[in-house]
Amino acid sequence: MSLLELHNVEARYGPVKALHGVSLEVGDGELVAVLGANGAGKTTTLRAISGTVRSSGDVVFAGKKLSRRPETTARGGIAHVPEGRGTFSELSVWENLRLGAYARRANVKEEARRVYKFFPRLEGRHDQQAGTLSGGEQQMLALGRAMMARPKLLLLDEPSLGLAPIVVIQIFEALARMKRDDGMSVLVVEQNANLALEYAARAYLLEVGNVVVEGTSDELRANESVRKSYLGY
Amino acid sequence: MRARLLLELAGFALLTLVVAALPRFVSDFRARELAIVGMYFIALLGLSILTGYSGQISLGHGAFMAIGGYTTAVLSVDGVYGHQIRDLWTIPIAGVIAGIAGLLVGVPALRLSGLYLALITFGIAVSFPQLPKKFDHFLGGTTGKILNLAKPPFGLHTTTNNWIYYLTWGIALVLLLAAWWLVRGKTGRALKAIRDSEVAAASSGISLARYKTLAFGISAFYAGVAGSLYAIANAYVNPDVFPIILSVYLVVGLAVGGLDSLVGLIAGAGLIYFLQNHSDTVARWLNHLPALSLDPKQPGIPSMIFGAVLIVVMLLLPTGAGGLVRRVFGPLTSRLYTRS
Amino acid sequence: MFLGAFTWTEFAQQLAAGIREGAIYAGLALAIVIIYRSTRVINFAQGEMATFTTFIAWSLMNHGLSFWTAFPIVLAIAFAGGVAIERVVIRPVENAPVLTIVIITLGLALLLNGLMSVIWGGANRQFNGPFSTRTIDVGSVPISVQDIGIVAVSVGLVVLLGLFFRFTKLGLALRAAAVNPESSRLVGIRVGWMLALGWGIAAVLGAVAGMMIAPVVFLDPNMMQTILLYAFAAAVLGGLDSPIGAVVGGILLGVTITLLGRYVGFIGSTLKLPAALLLILVLLLVRPGGLFGRVAVRRV
Repeated sequence: MSLLELHNVEARYGPVKALHGVSLEVGDGELVAVLGANGAGKTTTLRAISGTVRSSGDVVFAGKKLSRRPETTARGGIAHVPEGRGTFSELSVWENLRLGAYARRANVKEEARRVYKFFPRLEGRHDQQAGTLSGGEQQMLALGRAMMARPKLLLLDEPSLGLAPIVVIQIFEALARMKRDDGMSVLVVEQNANLALEYAARAYLLEVGNVVVEGTSDELRANESVRKSYLGY
Repeated sequence: MRARLLLELAGFALLTLVVAALPRFVSDFRARELAIVGMYFIALLGLSILTGYSGQISLGHGAFMAIGGYTTAVLSVDGVYGHQIRDLWTIPIAGVIAGIAGLLVGVPALRLSGLYLALITFGIAVSFPQLPKKFDHFLGGTTGKILNLAKPPFGLHTTTNNWIYYLTWGIALVLLLAAWWLVRGKTGRALKAIRDSEVAAASSGISLARYKTLAFGISAFYAGVAGSLYAIANAYVNPDVFPIILSVYLVVGLAVGGLDSLVGLIAGAGLIYFLQNHSDTVARWLNHLPALSLDPKQPGIPSMIFGAVLIVVMLLLPTGAGGLVRRVFGPLTSRLYTRS
Repeated sequence: MFLGAFTWTEFAQQLAAGIREGAIYAGLALAIVIIYRSTRVINFAQGEMATFTTFIAWSLMNHGLSFWTAFPIVLAIAFAGGVAIERVVIRPVENAPVLTIVIITLGLALLLNGLMSVIWGGANRQFNGPFSTRTIDVGSVPISVQDIGIVAVSVGLVVLLGLFFRFTKLGLALRAAAVNPESSRLVGIRVGWMLALGWGIAAVLGAVAGMMIAPVVFLDPNMMQTILLYAFAAAVLGGLDSPIGAVVGGILLGVTITLLGRYVGFIGSTLKLPAALLLILVLLLVRPGGLFGRVAVRRV
């Protein structure tokens, strides 16, 4: 049985239906990508899992039906890094990290040291206001904050948005290491399909709120229409 | 579209008929009460242009009513160079002077947003009653000024209260049409654009400064007229006639009535008057509930009732009575609308 | 323009009185800012809540408790009351238009004011504070012990709160919930309860302010009304979203108003509040966010 299973999840924003019945799964220690164009429902899918948006259908996590409230899913071992990173821009880097460990009984200093080992650039900015960090550093901070929670599942929304390619690769490398060291599962939403498929084991392609293609990264790369529309060759 | 407009016009015509005919069916005293409701209605009309259309919250409009009232008092008692002015003619003057004061407030208000503006205007409301005390030579201090009793003009055979009723609601009608004309036209659209998004409005070339200040001036004008009428009806002015809480009552009437619904505003005006002067009736109603026996004359009970009613009403109707009307009748009218 | 003669001794006394006034404004202004930061609401009932809890203190003392015994009890009651009010009255309408919530807090103010009149009556009464009214000599200036005590308690409370917000996990969560409720939920913070906590803390601040000022001005249902207005002014002066601003603004305002009232004859005591507002208005024209506030600058 997989760590995360979605069965026919539907979600709407007011009168507009964003998800028309999405089913997917993420296994233990797997990195799975959700691809698709703008407005396909990728972000909504993550939101439905963390409970940030109301949805119907089944979301099963570690064998249990997930509560639909963000505070509870966060305490249950799911860390959601939303679109735009969601950093507390008025608080310092250190305070952001402390908040990451809010739901746990943890030795915050030790956990933070771990994060700084992953992202050395953040250590120098320990007391700096998070809003003054560069885009790449804020993404690192967002990831670091998620790390502090030692989640079983990481939901990551568009990590490459607005970042220079070199920085993006750094981020994904760190992701891969986190996955290896902690056995964390990752569900990542990405518009940069090429990049995502390099690191992901499996992927789902969403179009207008529906899953249209699913399979391993190789399978997706071999798929004609996917290649033409999303991979550019 | 056509059907909706006709429906609105029909409703409006009906309302006008009712208002015109009412004094025949109610006591003289009631006519006076309804006249005062009319004055609140005029003030609320102006306030709805400010808050409902340009989105600026003012907790100080009682001060503009006071300006109007005192202008009327000074002009009709002291007059200009000793020449007393007939109370009727002071009404537009009072409105204009209040309006100018509104423009003056509107300019610094441009730099303040939301709750900052609310607090500053609240400060104006609080500070204002001090002015007549300070300039007591001119404005009568705590005792105030006494006006001549209002008399129906041209020897019309009607009671004073009826005269005040028709005067008030007549002016209300004129000002309502003026507001309606304003709101349908370019100014109204500009104000609504500003309320919905100042950045977008400015980017479309709408001068924020001009329209926001204008809104303040217009709403102050309306309040001034209302205050002037109130002074005439009362036949005296002093700081207690326009107390601090008046500004609060106005905002309450606006919120409860719903920001831009005609029926709602009348309801709001009625509510202000009712809660102010008839809390004993409310107390008597409430006493029908078991375990409650409230003595309405005990100081504190009226405030408690007023406060509790406010809380309950706003909890139940966050968008005010107007919002409720729209929710109830909305589906009906919109079906007519889409059919065409 | 100047009333009477000027002596340094009197100036120092006026200064001390001004700081004492300012300390009270600061406490109440801080309460207003805390609520504004977390729930984006101006609590017009803050003053009445403070007076109400002060009346409770009076009742307890009337039944034989000493001030310092009643003190923590009243604080606990105030805290619970603040939390309850947020949950019952504010929570249901947290997404309503600003005007609606303003009306609700105004209604609450009226309700509490009336309730106090009903329960305790409207007459002035003496409130026996914890500090004696004798004076001690600071340098060559006689300063009232009570003034010193009031300032000490107010400042102490503010410092304690500052430490709480800065160094404890709960304080951090409260700050986080105020600045970014969405992200706060995503790390597991129960934002709703944080907001209620904010109201509880604000109510405690109000209760302390009330119990500090009551010995000076006599206790009656309308005790806090003017003080609340000055507190609003102080909060606006310091910037509605800045706790430091509230404290600095409060003290600045207290001192300025007292000195202006004493030394500028034209203002005297009738025009103190209008003068304060005028000054603040002028300041806001130059710095729209207040002294310490942040304003999103929109240049269009």
